[in-house]
Amino acid sequence: MAMRDRLFLLVAGVLSAYQVAVGIEGLSDLAIICYTLAFGVLLVASLVLIILGYEALDSPAVVIVATVLPLSLSAGLVAQHLPSWTLGYLVFAGFGFAAVAISRLISLGRVATVVLAVVHGTAGLVITGVPLWTVAIHRSGPAYLLVALGGVLIGLGGLLLTFFRMGKPLIAGSRLMGALPLLLLLTGASFTAGMSWGG
Amino acid sequence: MQAAMRWIRDRLSRYLPMIKSLQTGLLLTTGLAGFMSARCPVIHWQVLLGLTGSLFLAISGSTATNMVLDRDIDARMARTCFRPLPAGRISVREAWTLALVLSLTGIGWAFWLDRLYGAVVLAGWLFDVMVYTLWLKRRTPWSIIWGGIAGGMPVLAGRALGLGSIDWVGVTLALAVLLWIPTHILTFSVRYREDYARASIPTFPAWYSEDFTHKIVAVSSVLAAGVMGLAAYGIGMTWGYLRVLVVLSGGLLALAITAACRPSMKANFALFKYASIYMLSSMVLLVLEGI
Repeated sequence: MAMRDRLFLLVAGVLSAYQVAVGIEGLSDLAIICYTLAFGVLLVASLVLIILGYEALDSPAVVIVATVLPLSLSAGLVAQHLPSWTLGYLVFAGFGFAAVAISRLISLGRVATVVLAVVHGTAGLVITGVPLWTVAIHRSGPAYLLVALGGVLIGLGGLLLTFFRMGKPLIAGSRLMGALPLLLLLTGASFTAGMSWGG
Repeated sequence: MQAAMRWIRDRLSRYLPMIKSLQTGLLLTTGLAGFMSARCPVIHWQVLLGLTGSLFLAISGSTATNMVLDRDIDARMARTCFRPLPAGRISVREAWTLALVLSLTGIGWAFWLDRLYGAVVLAGWLFDVMVYTLWLKRRTPWSIIWGGIAGGMPVLAGRALGLGSIDWVGVTLALAVLLWIPTHILTFSVRYREDYARASIPTFPAWYSEDFTHKIVAVSSVLAAGVMGLAAYGIGMTWGYLRVLVVLSGGLLALAITAACRPSMKANFALFKYASIYMLSSMVLLVLEGI
């Protein structure tokens, strides 16, 4: 892995650590737990990628990790902005995660792809939609739109990575590897900037 | 002037490898973290400078002394045969002079700063040079425990200087470093197993097995994370930094479970690297908390 990519990942890791330590102070306990899980996964994933390089992506755990991130982030947004929907969304997130894990474990083929698309798609819509909605009703500042941008980026990255791991790559493996560190950095930067200046 | 600069550059290029700058830097960071964990006002720059200088010199001194004492081992190992002494870039006499000057200056400065702090620094030097290197390293693989105790002394010394006494948190921080040290040494003993055998150094993989060694590395990493968490709680670390510590510990636990369930050099090396980053990050968190 090129030094530039390691640097991107290091900055992504530091930004994630900042979010966990400082960026989510003052929110409800549930939102803090969800965001800690999301940014924690981003932090640890960045470190592991720095240490192991792209070899880390060979692990079967990648699909699971790539699912935890959008699910926990979207759950955090729901807990923060739509508290009355929290229980329902947590149930969806729990079942969604279990469905992805089980469909991966017992190799359900086409069903696994559909499950993944539904879970990632829903989480991605929430991560993009909730910030747009809160900005539209002036509950958040315009900078909060960066969270939606981060949602698009992480959704894109998660989908590309997941389909790559399932042996159905949407883009060539080498291009995905080359783009992943920058994608993680931009994701971390978008979330940090959006939550700091627009939340 | 140019001749003087060339002389300094030449000396630095030969002396720097004698102090293992990365390892010394990490141990120095633990000392600074221990000091700041006592929540001293860091505006006392004279004390901070004294701590940094004395600890750097004492750690560098013990490392250089070990290099002199282990020069025969280094010469027989492919990994270390290019070090300044076995490669002949520095004479034994010059190396002894460097080691003693660094050690005496560092320990002397430490005692001048504070007697308790000086005593802990001296204890670290004695454990490292006398107990670990001279007495046990060539006799038993369990010598790593004593090497670990020596490695835990900088953080204990830093906290003792900040607090004026030794408390359970300082001992716990030292224990966390002690538990991290086997991750480092045992990983190297597996990776360079033939090297160590050639130098007749007893290691865990040689005495027991590689699988057992991988498991010990995993267990000690998890214990190090647990003990570090306990120390952070004892210090009264704020929730934000505790959350980062929990997240990092989660990553360490996941890698340790992988390494224990499917032992391999790759998994072990990943765990070792992560554990090093974990230890450095924990110390940085302690420093940030102190600031």
